[in-house]
Amino acid sequence: MSLYPSPEPALTRAPVQTAPRQPSSLYVSTRAISVLTLAVLLGSWWLVTALEWVEPLFLPPPSAVLEKAWLLMTKGYMDSTLWQHLGASLQRIGLALFFAVLTAIPVGIAIGHNRIARGIFDPLIEFYRPVPPLAYLPLIVIWCGIGEFSKVLLIYLAIFAPIAIATATGVRTVDSAKLRAAQSLGASRWQLIRHVILPSALPDILTGVRIGLGVGWSTLVAAELIAATSGLGFMVQSAAQFLVTDVVVLGILVIALIAFALEMGLRALQRKLVPWHGQNH
Amino acid sequence: MALLQLERISAQYPGAAEPVLSDISLTLGPQQLLVALGPSGSGKTSLLNLIAGFVAPSAGRITLDGVPVSGPGAERGVVFQDDALLPWQDVLANVAFGLELAGVPREKREAKARDMLALVDLAGFEKRRIWELSGGQKQRVGLARALAADPRVLLMDEPFGALDAFTREQMQELLLQVWQRSAKPVFLITHDIEEAVFLSTDLILLAPNPGHIVEHLKLDFGQRYSAGESARAIKSDPRFIETREHVLARVFSQRQSVREQRA
Repeated sequence: MSLYPSPEPALTRAPVQTAPRQPSSLYVSTRAISVLTLAVLLGSWWLVTALEWVEPLFLPPPSAVLEKAWLLMTKGYMDSTLWQHLGASLQRIGLALFFAVLTAIPVGIAIGHNRIARGIFDPLIEFYRPVPPLAYLPLIVIWCGIGEFSKVLLIYLAIFAPIAIATATGVRTVDSAKLRAAQSLGASRWQLIRHVILPSALPDILTGVRIGLGVGWSTLVAAELIAATSGLGFMVQSAAQFLVTDVVVLGILVIALIAFALEMGLRALQRKLVPWHGQNH
Repeated sequence: MALLQLERISAQYPGAAEPVLSDISLTLGPQQLLVALGPSGSGKTSLLNLIAGFVAPSAGRITLDGVPVSGPGAERGVVFQDDALLPWQDVLANVAFGLELAGVPREKREAKARDMLALVDLAGFEKRRIWELSGGQKQRVGLARALAADPRVLLMDEPFGALDAFTREQMQELLLQVWQRSAKPVFLITHDIEEAVFLSTDLILLAPNPGHIVEHLKLDFGQRYSAGESARAIKSDPRFIETREHVLARVFSQRQSVREQRA
């Protein structure tokens, strides 16, 4: 058998015969396809800049961006190194996420569990959630100034809603047989929440955190574009004003990489914390 | 010893015109294994939910040792049809869950849970995850979990309904052994006639619209199994077959009458 079968016999053969993993045909894993896609993208970036099809002002070559990265890490840009910009951004989102998880999960449990809490919080959350955070940022700036607090508050509000809503959904869809089983074993109201409702809702809560973190990250960068003296968003914004395109590209790449790493980390956490999720139990 | 009493119980879902159960009276005491048998819609599960305290009766009184039942509680253990185990706990923690809720220290409750797992022939499965178990094993864990909390009575809601025929027979024999050893009154509901006749010391036949008791039989096949006779010998005994056919005829005559009523 040849390694590269010509297309004709494949066409005449009945499609029923094609199994997902045929040893003779070229089997490429999904991950390999993803890696290949990235490699092609990077390759074409390098090619168009190396052949000077595009002005470096519009698209600097990968080597220039790498050099700039080294420069930013060692000397810095706008009074701060890349690490300091990154640290400022991560601190803001970290603080906001910490307080959002601390408050949104109890609120979500209350909404899902208690009629009165649902009556109070549901309209409030649904009212502010659809409004883009940047639309109410000016109001927050008027009330709380342009300091760190305003930015953390803005990100906190963006993260809060998805976590609270996901938690409430998780609480509402707890298997009633499990609740009854725990009740008939003598569980009190608090024990039900602690031992049955919270673990049942955990997969939904983690999904809420994933969505919240995505929203929070985009809000953070947007907030830094408007009022900040450090942070990745600020770095990109000020570089754009001076047409330092390589810093802009670098900033965007770092932002994307961090978001990607956060998402992958949360997925791993989800697999570790809720191994029963998706299992047919 | 525990005595469960139901006095003239009726139950009605809010908004429904007809009650699901009307005028049910029965007692369940030591050495009894009471099986409620009936077609779907005869209120079997409603009856169990009333005794467990998940729903309140619309009329009548349920007492356990003279104390009125006012909600779910650890003195009435329940085994569910779809195991209702907690997948975030391993087998041992599931069995020890009732004791954990009661505040029993870890070592003590795990020792008790190990005993209960041995009682249901699952020694060595302590660290397994719930989703790694077969249907029959899950039901055994459910049974061990209910027993570990040391309830006064054991309520079983079609516990073997979802199992295949072979596993079901094994589980029936296991239940009789456990019932004999733990000496707890058991209330079990099923729609399997052979299972009902084989297991019960007391068999009540329920008829629908509204659910009521049409017959109460005293049987001894389960006790004969406990006394050492083999399940196969009992099930091929002419008296067993005769009883089974009698019950079958009663169930069919009910269906006939329901159909005539509707016609």
